[in-house]
Amino acid sequence: MAKIEVKNIYKIFGTEPMNVLPMVKKGATKDIVLEETGHTVGLDNVSISVEEGETFVCMGLSGSGKSTLIRHLNRLIDPTEGEIIVNDTNVMQLSEKDLIEFRKHEMSMVFQRFGLFPHKTVMQNIAYGLEIQGMELNERNKIAMVQIESVGLQGFENQYPSQLSGGMQQRVGLARALATNPGILLMDEAFSALDPLIRSDMQKQLLELQSELKKTIFFITHDLDESLKLGDHIGILNHGRLVQVGTPEDIIMNPADDYVKAFVKDVNRAKVLRARTVMVKPDRFNGSEVKLADTYKVDGDTYIEEFIPRVLRERSTIVVVDKKGDTMGYITEKELAISLSKTSHNESKKSF
Amino acid sequence: MIKIIKKYINYVYLTLFAGLIVISYLSSKRKPDSVTELFTDFGWLNNFPKWLDAPFMIWINDWWRAFSVKYGLIFDAIGYVLLRAYSITKNFLIDIPWPIIVLGVVLLTFYASGKKIGTTIFVGFCTFSIGFLNPRFWDKAIETTTIVFIGLLLCLMVGLPVGIAMARNPRVRNVILPVLDLMQVIPSFCYLIPGIILFGLGAIPAIIGIFIYACPPLIRLTDLGIRLVDTEVIEAAESFGASKKQKLWGVQLPLALPNIMQGINQCTMMALAMVVIASMIGTRGLGDEVLLGLQQLNVGSALEAGLAIVLLAIVFDRITQAYGEKIQERTRPTKKKKVI
Repeated sequence: MAKIEVKNIYKIFGTEPMNVLPMVKKGATKDIVLEETGHTVGLDNVSISVEEGETFVCMGLSGSGKSTLIRHLNRLIDPTEGEIIVNDTNVMQLSEKDLIEFRKHEMSMVFQRFGLFPHKTVMQNIAYGLEIQGMELNERNKIAMVQIESVGLQGFENQYPSQLSGGMQQRVGLARALATNPGILLMDEAFSALDPLIRSDMQKQLLELQSELKKTIFFITHDLDESLKLGDHIGILNHGRLVQVGTPEDIIMNPADDYVKAFVKDVNRAKVLRARTVMVKPDRFNGSEVKLADTYKVDGDTYIEEFIPRVLRERSTIVVVDKKGDTMGYITEKELAISLSKTSHNESKKSF
Repeated sequence: MIKIIKKYINYVYLTLFAGLIVISYLSSKRKPDSVTELFTDFGWLNNFPKWLDAPFMIWINDWWRAFSVKYGLIFDAIGYVLLRAYSITKNFLIDIPWPIIVLGVVLLTFYASGKKIGTTIFVGFCTFSIGFLNPRFWDKAIETTTIVFIGLLLCLMVGLPVGIAMARNPRVRNVILPVLDLMQVIPSFCYLIPGIILFGLGAIPAIIGIFIYACPPLIRLTDLGIRLVDTEVIEAAESFGASKKQKLWGVQLPLALPNIMQGINQCTMMALAMVVIASMIGTRGLGDEVLLGLQQLNVGSALEAGLAIVLLAIVFDRITQAYGEKIQERTRPTKKKKVI
């Protein structure tokens, strides 16, 4: 059973969402619904399942409903129709009291503009979730201190959020979310407000934390590079509809429609594609071109950016091997050129 | 159900209006001899007809008479409590030697402003100057201050909960907002005079007047302050499982405090203005000095008293403002410490 199951969620904003729902179900687009009824379609038949311990990245442009979706998981927003199941608990059926308990222990959230309490110190901010749980001051400060150290903010515990830089503030946000030790982390464009260098720093920090903690992370972003870097699976939302779900390579190699293609167009493929994906099988490989002296063995899971320089500089052929060391396929300049070209992979294959 | 009501509500209004015209026609003393006269002589089209006089005055007077007889005791009780509070506080303050009061105000300002020397000296000087202008003013200023203070307490006790309720529930807001508009717009004598009937002359109708006149800005600013709290911060509190109560006391109120303090400041200033107006209905204090000066055409005496009121206003304003600023600094520190 998946950790998070979202089944056929609809969300319509407006005064009478129930009356508009049948229209949306029949397939009316967002624009038509808005024009005819004045209601905004937030989510349109979205189903997602997230396995335990994986990072699911939900991506889309602003207005695509991604922030609405993440708020459904802890029911900051109630859906118009649909089921949300977290840890085998049907979140939709929780009473108000149970919902509060559920939020206290099951998941915590990191916000785009940090959502820190400006009137509380860093320490008090981080301990907030524990305070709500009713933990004693000394005990919760002890846990908060551990979290402060894990995000590298020692010495700032008595500062107020406004005295910190953006990156540091978001580290407080992250530490606050981790302090209650929830199974699930919801991150709503958590790094979008940070400048590029700090962002990639934070991404690295999150990956490191994740490799230790193995949380289930639901991450929202509008940045494809970020989603490719962080996500085990990526879901792409457009106008409230889920257009494509897949692994980063899936998305790059087989974009489902023009919307996804537009997203994928400018991506640095070398950072995403692995040797295994771009190689040609030995039986289709024309061995005569290979000067075997120049071959170079790489593992199938290596990103191609790691061996591009070598191929270009030494004109060598890459031999892709599996874990046992057996040859799985070959990569030459030709395969690299195909995989790195901006048009979709399949089309460019035909043209060569 | 609501949809059906919405559909016919305009017809309901129309019927009510027609009914009101019929009632005013029937109850008017100066109506034409018969209805047919209306269709032969069209003179009523030129001037607004005298028989079209909605009998609100009669209704209100009847209601008011019944109301003051039936509930007079309740108002007597309220008036008694307020009067006791007023006279005890006033007598207590008047008995204190004036240097101690000046010292008390200085200390209050010093701590309320977060130990700002400039503000403290300024406020101390203003307080001293009230008596310095005319020794008679000192006791009167204390009477005025007491009325303002009790009026302010009443405003806080009612205004804060109402403001909070408005911020939390849009329906409550829809009901309360027109009431606030009414309270602010209606001329003050319209409620000061009924106040005399219910509470008698003196300080109590002034306190009631203060409540009606000065409470709306406090309610509005409390409501606004709570609603202006960043939605993401509220969501953050909710996402950690904060209950409504925890959210209100732990997040919304502390963050709305600068706005609420602004409301209290406004409330105090308007209370002071009302006390001066209330001198017309026999409330004692600095206002009656102004009134006296005007009645005797003694411009100097009226201006002197006016100046004393201004000084009192400055003292109130500085203390509440300074406290508000101090709170604001605590919640949003502007000074950035050097980050190493």
